[in-house]
Amino acid sequence: MAKIVVDVMLKPEILDPQGVAVSAALPRLGFTFAKSVRQGKRFEIEIDGDPTPAQLAEVEKAAEKLLANPVIETFTVRVEK
Amino acid sequence: MKVGVVTFPGTLDDRDAARAATYAGTTAISLWHNDADLKGVDAVILPGGFSYGDYLRCGAISRFAPVMEKIIDAANGGMPLLGICNGFQVLCEAHLLPGALTRNHELHFLCRDQKLEITNNQTTWTSSYKVGQEIVIPLKNGEGSFQCDDATLAALEGEGRIIARYVGENPNGSRNKIAGITNERGNVVGLMPHPEHAIDPLTGPTADGLGFFTSVLIAMVK
Repeated sequence: MAKIVVDVMLKPEILDPQGVAVSAALPRLGFTFAKSVRQGKRFEIEIDGDPTPAQLAEVEKAAEKLLANPVIETFTVRVEK
Repeated sequence: MKVGVVTFPGTLDDRDAARAATYAGTTAISLWHNDADLKGVDAVILPGGFSYGDYLRCGAISRFAPVMEKIIDAANGGMPLLGICNGFQVLCEAHLLPGALTRNHELHFLCRDQKLEITNNQTTWTSSYKVGQEIVIPLKNGEGSFQCDDATLAALEGEGRIIARYVGENPNGSRNKIAGITNERGNVVGLMPHPEHAIDPLTGPTADGLGFFTSVLIAMVK
């Protein structure tokens, strides 16, 4: 069984108010390392066996059509064993 | 004239939208998200709410509901289509309108009466207004910040496709204070605030919202 992971992030030019809020909360807790924070989404898709190139291409299509909104978001697809 | 009002799981404002359509003199017809049947309606309203719990992204799941396939085809053929709040989000997800609605810039859910300026009265849904007319209708959303790339914004501005803007302070970080936009043809309109809640001073802040629903009647009679 393999796991396909799709990470979705807002495009850099799109304001991420949630990331800004997290970024503002960190120093209040004494964590001073962050210059900025962006918040995204992670999808974990389980499949039987190792993914074929055709399956990965299908996941790419699904990510573009449903998991991400290409108007405001970018995504990456990778396999995790 | 029959105006369809779609109910998705989690839709809130279908009854008010139907009431507004009735007030304007049209016949409201309920459409169910899972029926691929438009019941012969002449126009469709996608009302506000939290369809599919706003899971994934607001409007992202509703956009693929069976009824939406028919609505998208009909709208591409010129059928009047109005999306209010969550309905606006669905229209963007369906690519009937450009851009996307994102989290309000200060993260708060806003619920208040909002002043708008009508900036285009050439659409099917705004002909009852004057350009420059100010109206007050309720605004209530958590993800109402209209975002798009610079080229799209320039096109919307250049083609006069912004139909309403927020007056005063920008409530949610929308680019250029955009409250509503239309497609090139003017038959599809998306609006973040809620005209259907402002059709009678007895139950809303004003009756300023009624014009959206009378506009479509006038357009169909012509």
